[in-house]
Amino acid sequence: MTRPDTPRVKPAVTADEIRPELIRLGRRGMLARGLSLGALALLTGCDLSTHSGVDAALWTMLRFNDRVQAALFSRTRLAQTYPISAVTNPFRFNAYYADWQVRETPADWHLDVSGLIADKAPWTIDKMRALPQRAQVTRHICIEGWSQIGQWSGVPLHVFLQRVGADLKARYVSFKCFDGYSTSIDMPSALHPQTILALDFLGKPLTSEWGAPVRLRIPTKLGFKSAKNINAISVTNTYPGGYWEDQGYNWFSGS
Amino acid sequence: MPDLAVPDMAMPELAMDSRHATMVRGPCVHDERAARLAHPLPIRVMHWIGAASVICMMLSGGAIYNASPSLPFTFPRWMTLGGWLAGGIAWHISVMWILFADGIAYLLYGFSTGHFRQDIRPPGPRAVIRDLVAALTGRLSHRMGHYNAVQRLLYAGVIVVICLAVATGLSIWKPVQLGWLTDLFGGYQVARFIHLAAMICIALFIIVHLVLVMIFPRTLVAMVAGAPAEPNDGVR
Repeated sequence: MTRPDTPRVKPAVTADEIRPELIRLGRRGMLARGLSLGALALLTGCDLSTHSGVDAALWTMLRFNDRVQAALFSRTRLAQTYPISAVTNPFRFNAYYADWQVRETPADWHLDVSGLIADKAPWTIDKMRALPQRAQVTRHICIEGWSQIGQWSGVPLHVFLQRVGADLKARYVSFKCFDGYSTSIDMPSALHPQTILALDFLGKPLTSEWGAPVRLRIPTKLGFKSAKNINAISVTNTYPGGYWEDQGYNWFSGS
Repeated sequence: MPDLAVPDMAMPELAMDSRHATMVRGPCVHDERAARLAHPLPIRVMHWIGAASVICMMLSGGAIYNASPSLPFTFPRWMTLGGWLAGGIAWHISVMWILFADGIAYLLYGFSTGHFRQDIRPPGPRAVIRDLVAALTGRLSHRMGHYNAVQRLLYAGVIVVICLAVATGLSIWKPVQLGWLTDLFGGYQVARFIHLAAMICIALFIIVHLVLVMIFPRTLVAMVAGAPAEPNDGVR
């Protein structure tokens, strides 16, 4: 998603400042070019008009893989947990932007809940801390292939969804973040016992770079599904997509 | 056929051998041999589907590897498929179904028809060393439809390594749902490394394989259009 370790010192000027925007602009074009390269590799001799067909075929296969992964998913099978001593230190920062671009929590922050739920009153951190908490030491596996072990604690998402009277038969739970990020997950994964709305990282309240004030932590999915800096949760039957998913990352991305 | 008419009572085994050899070389049996193809149609179809999907898996795997290289190198862009991480993954988890289906079909075919037992199963190390020395000194003949000991070892090896690549691939695709498989390979990070190592082994095999095809181009014709197997009356 982002580049390897960036220095924590704020750089003077521009290359880094514009890079996330350039990357964002470039993604779709790169996907299209990549798929046409694939068309050439697979269909040597065909003209480039096959590109759109190959592209569509890949999107169809991604949706097929979503269904297979949903069928493979077990509500009770748990991700491996580790002793606290196994936590990766230092923990790697990762987002669709560099760490010096992290957004501080807005002063008027609250968690909006919407969609197929009964109680749509917004939530504060204090209200969330009053709910049952659960801690986990699990492996965060990035879609890029690297992984690291961290410790998070917070409200199990199933507890939260039940508390707000969500329709637990709905298909999707979507997350919107005040840093511009978004993602969505399937309801069975949302109800998994290890899926939590994390408030703490390494035993301390989340700081902005680790997703303050509340982030999703879902060890049964790849890392980009664990959205940080959340300010809105919605329960819906309409496919919500997400920041990376809309650009071609496999939506289910289950582990 | 005078040698058949006068059996050697003192050495009956030799007589059997010589009769067998005569039959193999006899015109009638030779015709039957000529009808047998070096590569039957199912093998040719599965070979090319498998070859195309393995190449796609390696190239798209290169795009995935480049997103977070675990060794101090990245693949040049022309050695990748998909353009960027999402494209690479889309190719990888699409083509894996083709490779999986082709591989299952090939394994079923190989075990049920005796293809593995007769054509692929490697002989003992002595035969491998003998054929390797013969090959390196240019004395090993190539008979279409018959694999020498070195070929058998390489083909059996690459089949096992492709199975290993598929198994480790599944284990890093689903380290929770298939956690037992991930554990079997020593955890997520080790499994990912084995997956990469298996890919490198397959790449090395392909290089050797292609060099040998260039030395014996008629084998390419046999794998595309089919060609009769040659009588195996030489080295082995």
